[in-house]
Amino acid sequence: MPQAKDRVPAVEGWFTLDADAPALLGSRCTSCGTFAFPKETYFCRNPECRSSEFEETELSRTGKVWSYTAAGYQPPKPYVSADPFVPFPIAAVELAAEQMVVMGQVVADVAVEDLSVGAEVELVLDTLYEDDDHEYLVWKWRPIAGGGSDA
Amino acid sequence: MPDDKRVAVLGAGMHPWGKWGRNFVEYGLAAAGDALDDAGIAWTDVQYVSGADTIRNGYPGFIAGATFAQALGWTGARVSSSYAACASGAQAVSNARAQILAGLCDVALVVGADTTPKGFFAPVGGDRKDDPDWLRFHLLGATNPTYFALYARRRMELFGATEEDFAAVKVKNARHGLENPYARYRKEVTTEEVLASPMVADPLRLLEICATSDGGAALVLTSMEFARRHAGTEDLVTIDGVSTITPRFPQTVIEMPNFSTDSSATASTPGPTFKQSVALAAYEEAGIGPEDVDLAEVYDLSSALELDWYEDIGLCKEGEAERLLRDGDTTVGGRVPVNPSGGLSCFGEAIPAQAIAQVCELVWQLRGQATGRQVEGAKVGITANQGLFGHGSSIIVAR
Repeated sequence: MPQAKDRVPAVEGWFTLDADAPALLGSRCTSCGTFAFPKETYFCRNPECRSSEFEETELSRTGKVWSYTAAGYQPPKPYVSADPFVPFPIAAVELAAEQMVVMGQVVADVAVEDLSVGAEVELVLDTLYEDDDHEYLVWKWRPIAGGGSDA
Repeated sequence: MPDDKRVAVLGAGMHPWGKWGRNFVEYGLAAAGDALDDAGIAWTDVQYVSGADTIRNGYPGFIAGATFAQALGWTGARVSSSYAACASGAQAVSNARAQILAGLCDVALVVGADTTPKGFFAPVGGDRKDDPDWLRFHLLGATNPTYFALYARRRMELFGATEEDFAAVKVKNARHGLENPYARYRKEVTTEEVLASPMVADPLRLLEICATSDGGAALVLTSMEFARRHAGTEDLVTIDGVSTITPRFPQTVIEMPNFSTDSSATASTPGPTFKQSVALAAYEEAGIGPEDVDLAEVYDLSSALELDWYEDIGLCKEGEAERLLRDGDTTVGGRVPVNPSGGLSCFGEAIPAQAIAQVCELVWQLRGQATGRQVEGAKVGITANQGLFGHGSSIIVAR
């Protein structure tokens, strides 16, 4: 039986590795409270705030689809593509508490026809690509069963 | 409009768009030569060279102004080189205009040219994990058409746009560009052909996404006083507004190459979107509004994106772009033709040349020289475009 590969994040520090309830790791300005993803470390995006101090914060794990698409052509490097290429869905998702939209791939078994603006989705971890020893993980969106569309 | 707020366009020139892979300098030189001839001005009389940079052609591309100046023959002219992604050409125009309006020179040459690789635009090479442009390809496989597709799908769900509407934009632009000698694609297409082309980024198909092209464009800009003296007339084509604005926080529409929008959680109610602000700033400078516009050249990176622009430049209200298209308002012969040149649909994108080429088309339209695609009686035109990482680009040209 082949040994299980090490599961490692494809990018360090962008999300928690909690298998059941992973979350994106954003930042929150300690002065004005503005959220950012990926994390801000040295300037606040709010033009009226001069703070450079941020706390790491887990972003909402669920949100509503702002819009969606599917990549029908293989993206160029540095994307590591499956061989042969398989089209994959992408969604931009509105997080209510943070009032921001965050992009992510949608898990592979979801077709464009299954998505709609306003549909509820949750964050999961999934394999982005693999090499001989590692499985590289990334965040993806997955529709919540029965999650309504009220756009 | 007072002379200290506008500059004259004495010359416009372009090298045809295509895909030859030759040195970008060659295309820029051809365009510059045509623009100078069109203006009746010798290169040796140009006091300021404003280059729009290309980042895919090595060092000469990063210092395009000097590269073109050397290729034309060093004259000691002052120089600048600008990079603002797709908005580079507007920055180059803006720099030249500022020099003229400040009284620092009378005659400026603006040049942009590009040679592009085949296929999707990919990020600059290397392993660059602090560059969002690199990371969005690596972590999401999000190409430029991914973002265009998000906007297109949202139009469908919010405003009832159909795939046939998007295809109709392509059909219109293909017809517009048929007789444009500078267009790369000069072939009519049918709705059926568009809808039968491969899906690139659902719902956008291959024929609806602009190609990457080689090409070059140039303008000769002068002070009003110089233009009157040189041309011996008051009847001049002028640039009355140039918008090179950045977004305002919070930016609530997802933009290339970002992973997220700004957060509105702590901000006051957002005002106009970035794309709306781009044109508003140009209108404000020119002292006119959308109702004064006879034609527009907008950045149709995708067929659907052209519809967004109708609303963003104020030709109609949000959600009404499809009706404008279906009624033929934006077709040559209609109320306010959009992309009479054929747009990116017929040209493909030669990044630093594109915003300059938009102005070239308006100049020819306003002079009545746009054979086969002429917007009759056009007096005022607007260009609109947006460069990666928050670069607005909108120019108002009037006669």
